[in-house]
Amino acid sequence: MKEIVVISGKGGTGKTSITASFSFLGGEDVVTADCDVDAADMHLLMKPDFDFEEDFFSGKTAVIDQEKCTGCMKCIDICRFNAIEVQGSIPVVSEISCEGCGYCYAVCPSEAVDMKEQNVGRFYISSIKTGGKMVHARLKAGAENSGKLVAKVKNEARRIAEETGKNIVIADGSPGIGCPVVSSLSGADFVVFVTEPTVSGLHDLKRVYSLVKKFNIRSGCIINKCDLNTGTSDEIKSFLRKENIAEISEIPYDKSFTMAMTEGKTIAEYGESTLKNIIQESWNYIKEIA
Amino acid sequence: MKIAIASGKGGTGKTTLSTNFSAYLAEKREVILTDLDVEEPNSGLFISGELITHKDCFRMVPSWNSSKCSLCGKCQDLCNFNAVIKIRDSVMVFPEMCHSCYACSELCPENALPMVKEKIGEYREVKTDHFTLAESRLDIGQEQAVPLISQTLSLVDEGFDSDILRIYDCPPGTSCPVIEATRDADFIILVTEPTPFGLHDLTLAVDAMRFLNRKFGVVVNRYGIGNDDVLEYCEKEDIPVLAKLPDDRKIAELYSRGKLVYREVDSFRKQLDLIYSYLERFMNGEF
Repeated sequence: MKEIVVISGKGGTGKTSITASFSFLGGEDVVTADCDVDAADMHLLMKPDFDFEEDFFSGKTAVIDQEKCTGCMKCIDICRFNAIEVQGSIPVVSEISCEGCGYCYAVCPSEAVDMKEQNVGRFYISSIKTGGKMVHARLKAGAENSGKLVAKVKNEARRIAEETGKNIVIADGSPGIGCPVVSSLSGADFVVFVTEPTVSGLHDLKRVYSLVKKFNIRSGCIINKCDLNTGTSDEIKSFLRKENIAEISEIPYDKSFTMAMTEGKTIAEYGESTLKNIIQESWNYIKEIA
Repeated sequence: MKIAIASGKGGTGKTTLSTNFSAYLAEKREVILTDLDVEEPNSGLFISGELITHKDCFRMVPSWNSSKCSLCGKCQDLCNFNAVIKIRDSVMVFPEMCHSCYACSELCPENALPMVKEKIGEYREVKTDHFTLAESRLDIGQEQAVPLISQTLSLVDEGFDSDILRIYDCPPGTSCPVIEATRDADFIILVTEPTPFGLHDLTLAVDAMRFLNRKFGVVVNRYGIGNDDVLEYCEKEDIPVLAKLPDDRKIAELYSRGKLVYREVDSFRKQLDLIYSYLERFMNGEF
């Protein structure tokens, strides 16, 4: 079983539209994972049936029992996150600021602190319009631990692929270089970068590539909107050659991306044959080299 | 006054708006632009100037002192993040899991886990003709953006007069980094695009802002693509739409070269006028 993860560093490069197209082309032979749990959008194109869903619990929040609290304020002194404030004469925990470290729980002399398990999001397994399965999730607004939810999405996708004898897991990763991306990358066999020829596209590609390099994962790159700035496109290509990153394809600036999205379709189903062909060939090539 | 520029979805134009609006404002008053997207800071690509400050940023993590340790295992029991683990006759610290709460260190009966500095990123300030850009970048391999975002905010708070207008270029999403970046802002501008992805992620960002009880408005970028669902949503939810930045390939090309758009595209500048006049009214306490 191969796990292919699509990432971009920078947002808005077309990563999700392209991943959804690969999922569409892979059909029932792939298991799809939307690891961008912070802003999960792929379900908008895949018509999931939300067949299985459950709450996702991760991390804890301190709650102070006001009956037991003697008002010694020791918890306020030790909290490094300024998460406890005095309201009236008793300390109250701000759910947003609390990191769930449990230091206050450990030091409270009157056992007034309780560490409550936190519901940080919802997790789904769906059948999608391609006939395949998709694992996805929705992180609660302002929640922490998105890395753990990403890990859960990936592990479930892998489990389903193994149990149903599918050879490929295709995952839509999250932007940035922090914990959700690290979780998206762990266990990946091949990384597809989707970039664009802009100063930020190149800058962010280089940063996220340094991370991928640390993990020692093989990778390839798709340059989307390649004709927006041919100078920067060339710069990206020479970077790819220097680092031995496979040049998968170049996709011209095309309004079909938003038009397809507006109709709830992937670009593999929509638009002109030239664009469809590039997507199909990219997918064939990725399957070959991944 | 602190204005945060955020979005649920990535790539909607936060940095475009932050850099252009800051430069535009700098023609009228003193401004500091702070790039809080520490994982992928981009504002600096559009602003050139003289480097006036550059320093390393650190956070504190425990470090095991084997000669003092009695192997009681209290540290492992205390740590809720599995960052300190006792394995047979040693204690291992996993800094990437650590949240720097100090519990293991301060509650260790033998003082065998002193807190030590770990470098997490770099902070710099660049002075242009009219304004200052402050930005931090997280070191590759560091997973937690929040400590660096919070340090960056403190550095800007300490380093500059509080009368100076602050613009924050925030990270994408709706989870902990954005919450930290928008924590002390007076007003938040959510940048979106008029597409199903844009709308979906905007609703998440709006949920987050309402949950936090914040004042916010929307700027629609690439207006003209997609459909009117975002505008209809804002109207239904009674969310002010401050401006609609036009969709224009010329804008995308200027952006791709790291150029400021408003100086060359008049229709873009006019939309910045609208945002400014809204914020002026906000600052005067009208909303």
